[in-house]
Amino acid sequence: MTDILVVLEVRDGALRKGAGELLAAARRITDGSVDALVCSAGAVNGLDALGAVGADRVLTALHPDFATYCPDGIAATAASIASSYRAVLVAATATGKDLGPRIAARMNAPCAMDVTSLDMNGNAIRVVRPVYAGKALQTLDVSSSGVIVVRPGAYPAGQHGRPGATAAVNVPSFTRRLEVAAVRKSDKGALDVAEARVVISGGRGLGDPKNFALLDELAAAFGGEAAVGASRAVVDAGWAEHGAQVGQTGKTVAPELYIAVGISGAIQHLAGMRTAKVIVAINRDKDAPIFKVADYGIVGDLFEVVPALTAAVKQARAH
Amino acid sequence: MKIAVCLRRVPDTTTKIVVAAGGKSIDEAGVKFVANPYDEYALEAALALKDAAGSGETTVVALGGDIVQETLRTALAMGIDRAVHLQGTPSADGLANARVLADHLRGGGYDLILCGKLAVDDYGQQTGAMIAELLELPCATAITRLDVAYGRASVEREVEGGVEAASCALPAVFSCDKGLNNPRLPSLKGIMAAKKKPLEVIAVTPDAGGVTVVALALPPERAPGKIVGEGAAAVPALMQALTSDAKVI
Repeated sequence: MTDILVVLEVRDGALRKGAGELLAAARRITDGSVDALVCSAGAVNGLDALGAVGADRVLTALHPDFATYCPDGIAATAASIASSYRAVLVAATATGKDLGPRIAARMNAPCAMDVTSLDMNGNAIRVVRPVYAGKALQTLDVSSSGVIVVRPGAYPAGQHGRPGATAAVNVPSFTRRLEVAAVRKSDKGALDVAEARVVISGGRGLGDPKNFALLDELAAAFGGEAAVGASRAVVDAGWAEHGAQVGQTGKTVAPELYIAVGISGAIQHLAGMRTAKVIVAINRDKDAPIFKVADYGIVGDLFEVVPALTAAVKQARAH
Repeated sequence: MKIAVCLRRVPDTTTKIVVAAGGKSIDEAGVKFVANPYDEYALEAALALKDAAGSGETTVVALGGDIVQETLRTALAMGIDRAVHLQGTPSADGLANARVLADHLRGGGYDLILCGKLAVDDYGQQTGAMIAELLELPCATAITRLDVAYGRASVEREVEGGVEAASCALPAVFSCDKGLNNPRLPSLKGIMAAKKKPLEVIAVTPDAGGVTVVALALPPERAPGKIVGEGAAAVPALMQALTSDAKVI
């Protein structure tokens, strides 16, 4: 049995981004079939495009309770068909990290969380996953069937030109133990640091919470591609929301560009951002540890450097 | 109200990781171990709920070798009433460990079972949800808000781009995220009192589970960077690097 089931995420009647990436991850570990399970309360747009990115079949499971996230029902549905598959893949989003272990427990099988690479090793699925917030990488063999929770962006979506047939799946009877309301969008409508292409993080060097406005302006210059993050020190001091914290007790981020402003670079912060493609550090202290991991550093007063950088980014993007 | 908190002992987050001989685990020499930071939010939530109710009992449970008793005492010093040490070697498979915890918690009459969102060592992020499934209880993970009233709980959790609110009847299992509360520190009085609080030891044997640790390695080092200059005058050089060399703008 080599077939793989991927469970795709739906919110507000639409597929969340990352379906193609998850299907690409599934394709790495099978020459057999890859089926995509979509649980929803009604029609979902974009399902006909899933064949082109690697789904042999799209399995639709309809239930009125699936209008919002329904962990009990989705886990029951996935687990009810899981025995036909070698493994179940879900994306390591907030929802996937919640759902994966539930499906695994119902399958009586292990769950490998937040995997960044996966391959077959004989009969086992060999996965690599960051541990200690990325300070180390653990290689695991998942020997029985199991759930693999794959970090978004681990593999780019591929083109497969599969037929992408659709089949309906029965939703087994389940008890809706948790009632989940619709997602309340963030007030700012701001991008999450874990999702943004550019992350600009501030630390104690900002001196005052109101100075985060400088970072907001720099983020705005990137035209909706940037999110503002923060070090633990300033989150603990109440200068920034805990959801913005980057580091071992916050979020692990891997943006294309990470700009650390007034952050000295404590080891637990570095763990959370060291896989960014390009790291820029702006700090007054030339000996700050952040400069050891930064690709490009500017030593200087952030109150002069950041506005100059904001102006330069605006100008560059205007061209 | 009876509340149980599952606790893990982990290396302090300031720890620099050194891989031990054998290449599958960390070298623990000189490493300072602490209560898992996310578990502290669970402990604080349990204590605050008991304080608000004016009655009830809080229990802390940990699986591991004898050394976890030290961490259990820390929880007792924060104010937790009693501790249970499930004495055994944790499996690499989170489900095997969740099963041991669930087997102990089952029949304990707990209204709430709380744990941290994840342990900052293995980043497994699965114990809470698995315990809930094994005990057939409602569950929400990574909660940043918890209100309990009239036998029901209302919670909030962060998802990409927003906040998800949920509710359920008790008993229930929740895993706690940063932002839920500000954990209290053990007081001197609490530390003294902790020595006299009950700590029950129960031998357990987690099954081997379905995963094998093949290796633990340090990630590749980043290539050394460079300081492009000083002050605002260095911005053009930085922009040149970001647009032409790195091509990220």
